[in-house]
Amino acid sequence: MSDETVELTYREAMREAIRDAMRRDERVFLMGEDVGLYGGCFAVSLGLLEEFGPERIRDTPLSESAFVGAGIGAALAGMRPIVEIMTVNFSLLALDQIMNNAATLLHMSGGQCNVPLVIRMTTGAGRQVAAQHSHSLEGWYAHIPGLRILVPATVEDAREMLWPALQDPDPVLIFEHAGLYGTSARVAATSPGPIDIERAVIRRPGTDVTLLTYGGTLPTTLAAAEQLSAAGTEAEVIDLRTLRPLDDETIVGSVRRTHRAVIVDEGWRSGSISAEISARIMEQAFYDLDAPVERVCGAEVPMPYAKHLEDAALPGADAVVRAAMRTRSHV
Amino acid sequence: MNPLPEPEDVLELLRQMMRIRRFEDRCVELYSAARIRGFVHLYIGEEAVAVGVLDALTADDDIVATYRDHGHALARGVPATAIMAEMYGMQEGCSRGRGGSMHLFDVSRRFYGGNAIVAGGLPVAIGLALARKMQARGGVVTCFFGEGAIAEGEFHECMNLAALWDLPVLFCCENNLYAMGTALRRSESETDLVLKAASYEMAAWPVDGMDVVAVRDATRRGVDAIRAGSGPHFLELRTYRFRAHSMYDPERYRDKAEVEQWKSRDPIARFVERYTIAPSDVDMLEREIADELDAAVAFAEAGTPEPVEDLTRFVTSEVGRT
Repeated sequence: MSDETVELTYREAMREAIRDAMRRDERVFLMGEDVGLYGGCFAVSLGLLEEFGPERIRDTPLSESAFVGAGIGAALAGMRPIVEIMTVNFSLLALDQIMNNAATLLHMSGGQCNVPLVIRMTTGAGRQVAAQHSHSLEGWYAHIPGLRILVPATVEDAREMLWPALQDPDPVLIFEHAGLYGTSARVAATSPGPIDIERAVIRRPGTDVTLLTYGGTLPTTLAAAEQLSAAGTEAEVIDLRTLRPLDDETIVGSVRRTHRAVIVDEGWRSGSISAEISARIMEQAFYDLDAPVERVCGAEVPMPYAKHLEDAALPGADAVVRAAMRTRSHV
Repeated sequence: MNPLPEPEDVLELLRQMMRIRRFEDRCVELYSAARIRGFVHLYIGEEAVAVGVLDALTADDDIVATYRDHGHALARGVPATAIMAEMYGMQEGCSRGRGGSMHLFDVSRRFYGGNAIVAGGLPVAIGLALARKMQARGGVVTCFFGEGAIAEGEFHECMNLAALWDLPVLFCCENNLYAMGTALRRSESETDLVLKAASYEMAAWPVDGMDVVAVRDATRRGVDAIRAGSGPHFLELRTYRFRAHSMYDPERYRDKAEVEQWKSRDPIARFVERYTIAPSDVDMLEREIADELDAAVAFAEAGTPEPVEDLTRFVTSEVGRT
């Protein structure tokens, strides 16, 4: 393998992943609102129509339930659809198909109907687009047995998660934080190969406190870890990568080493994935803890438009630092 | 008048309708005896629809059904043993006891299940048809749903998408006039269902759903056109359920006189009369069907409960990644 690297944005990485999958497997196609002529609402699929044509880069009407369900049916019939939903808020229009069919058919049919479908959607706030385009509902979806929930947080993961997701015999939802599309990184020019979508990953090793996060709050959390380091606290940052199934081993393993945990999640606190992770730490590592588990979550409001209010509703690095320091105040 | 079918075909059509009727009679008995539980939606009165439609399809065509799916499954050739074992919640059931009455599946017969979310099967049917088109496989996807589904957004999304993408789907609307207890006239501003379908630029016509030959002829006409490449079609199959919606329904919403009037159009009795089928032939079929159903019940009674240790099987696939 060559050591050559390239500068890629998260958006370009996702596009490369789609292009690569479509070149490798003729069963793969992309379907969604404005994925073709428009180039994708977030320009992820820009240029793919020209390469693959309108059959495989398939524009749909604004019929989330119908085209998500069409993805399910096509998957049952041997295709490998990638369905793009513009935002997580719009996915609620397809919730019947996602929950009652995609996640359920295999069990309800006694093992006959597996659904190898990938659904991609944007999630998250930070763009002042208010309360119907900004939420982080991936934790909701992680509640549903039968789904795999992936949350790529880095350019590399954006490029390397799609292919293993397409190899999964069951439905996979990929949540792409809108704030990440423009981020960039230098990555290997040729793909180093698919990543393990079963496992969380340690993005920054540390000994004093474990910061657990995913997706759009990974950059925030890494920034917080740098601030903590400057103040003499070495935080270990875990990127969960997959919210269902959760990688308990990596989560609990880290907490057993650091004895302190802070969960950072842009989603609402009540009944959330952060609550689930906290419960698992309590169940599996209670006696290893030197302090109560802390959570830094999105404020429990529909996302407001005004910049200062939106900022106040989101987990910031300072809040993560304060939470980590609170865990350090226990002996 | 429809052309008279061949004599041996007459008995086969009658046999299929009678199998469904008698299967449903057994379900009532077994439910009363608490051998089967859960929701059980009987197809009695609507037999001509499933038998007529499915007789016009080939083994390569796909079927998506509703929660009132015993008739569709039987007419498709899912063995009565496997269906009955499913009602008993047994491992030998066609969905390994995970689905029950409302979720009969048999992918080997391209029977993609009873779907119990009203209109929830339509998007899946669209996708099965999209795959057929993209794979250039030919064939037709037949999707059953009740007239109640027409009030759902998914119906309209799917009619539009099927027509827009020119998909090989036969939409079979079983109009039995009641969505559970809500009459069509109480739920639709426009009660002409064919007109609604036609508004999606889709060929659509009404069919006497109490006449199996009329249903089969209409289905043949539809699937022939679909196979010839003329896109999706819509049949409004006008029928009636003689029994309650499910086992818990006191039927406060419809007149007994109306029920009796529809019963006078019983698809089986009318068929026997119209084709002057000999009582001895009917008796012979009754005996054969009783034997088949005795065997089905015995099979289910002797079934194996899925081990509780296997409770969480089939949540995710056990096969390796493909």
